[in-house]
Amino acid sequence: MSLLIPSSQSNQQKLGERRVEAAVIGCSAGGLDALKIVLEAFPADLGIAVIVVAHTAPDGDHLLPSLLDNICNLPVSEAREREAVLPGQVYVAPPNYHLLIEPQRSFALSVDERVCFVRPAIDVLFRSAADVYHQHLIGIILTGANDDGAQGLKAVKDAGGYTLVQDPRDAYADAMPKAAIATAAVDRVLPLDALAEAVLRFCLSPAKS
Amino acid sequence: MEPAKIQDIEIGLFLEALFQRHGYDFRNYAKASLKRRILAMTAAARCRNVAELIPRLLHDEDYLAEVLAQLSVPVTEMFRDPPVFKSLRETVLPRLATYPRFNIWQAGCATGEEVYSLAIMLEEEGLLDKAQIYATDINDNALQRAEDGIFPVRCLEEYQRNYKAAGGKTDLADYYVANAGFFRIHERLRKKIVFAHHNLVSDGVFCEVQLILCRNVLIYFDNTLQRRVLKLFHDSLVRSGFLCLGTRESLRSVETEQLFAPVNREAMIFHKNGENS
Repeated sequence: MSLLIPSSQSNQQKLGERRVEAAVIGCSAGGLDALKIVLEAFPADLGIAVIVVAHTAPDGDHLLPSLLDNICNLPVSEAREREAVLPGQVYVAPPNYHLLIEPQRSFALSVDERVCFVRPAIDVLFRSAADVYHQHLIGIILTGANDDGAQGLKAVKDAGGYTLVQDPRDAYADAMPKAAIATAAVDRVLPLDALAEAVLRFCLSPAKS
Repeated sequence: MEPAKIQDIEIGLFLEALFQRHGYDFRNYAKASLKRRILAMTAAARCRNVAELIPRLLHDEDYLAEVLAQLSVPVTEMFRDPPVFKSLRETVLPRLATYPRFNIWQAGCATGEEVYSLAIMLEEEGLLDKAQIYATDINDNALQRAEDGIFPVRCLEEYQRNYKAAGGKTDLADYYVANAGFFRIHERLRKKIVFAHHNLVSDGVFCEVQLILCRNVLIYFDNTLQRRVLKLFHDSLVRSGFLCLGTRESLRSVETEQLFAPVNREAMIFHKNGENS
């Protein structure tokens, strides 16, 4: 498979730069505050899709996209079934569905069993995103009180992607970042306020040949 | 070649074998979920890779039922999305009441929790005796469980809450008998439902119906298959008949707009377009 940048993408990023297509973010307990800090630091010209799974109550009103939209420079919306995944957009998984990425880079939903007792599960999104985006993907695990996301983050790493985890000492709940770190598939462990910058720096760094 | 690419080849061969050997065509299922299920099935069979499933699929007659059960993982609950059931009760059932008799089809009923929820609503609205309900699936194991109407009591608390939020008029306990960790739906409801094997991918219209319930089934289909099934629903519905889909499903194709018009977008209830709409 060629690593050359297709012409349709070349206006986004220059030749020789790493062509990151998407970042996937997973969080649970304490996730809203953590997400705000990461997302509000993203510039309007980020140029990649950001896809979020946050564990929420299955029957709750889904206010998360509008809450985040208020503080984020990028438009935030709920991921819609069959919709194309577009750069420069932030998507949030709907409550009570797993969110997956189809090979043609569109969203799919599933009501399959809960994974790690949750739906949407971070593992499900991360694995399917790793299958589609390979090394053009960044995986990020934030605060949370269970171990969902650890296997997904490992899948991102195994597919050649870049993996970031919030420093457990800095997290509202440290179980999820700790579980992710225990997989030994983590490129960098950083405090919350340094994660957005690490994403930007990685997007702009030259790709290894 | 990368292992991931080899795996994609294996999955393609597995689906081809399933189709050519048994006539079940999953090739137009959405890829990401299907892959998850095939990999789960590979792990459950203690196989090292997907290709190891293929000889068994070809030569072991009994394996098909298991494959169909695992590829159509049945997950359902009673009165899931209570506002949808409330809307069916308030908007659709009064219309059904105008028919001397009517038919309802739940396509992809899995283990039956949802179709029993519907039957309970019909009973409460005094419509059950006028109704014939068909509930279909490709998963015979799930169909058998649906027909038995026996479910674990650990789910009851949530179902009771859903039932009330859906506008339930009495108590969910009026419709089942609980015993030793399980509850069984009353026979009066069970005998009103015909459970049957039907494959949305390949089977056609089997009767004329006033309401089709098909929630969170089409999310597993690609655009081509989604269109085929919506056309099948259109052909199965009476004039102005109702279709209820899952709350997060999207009907993106242009033709779909011509087939159905929204009755309640939030609840994803549509009615058939065409002759008189």
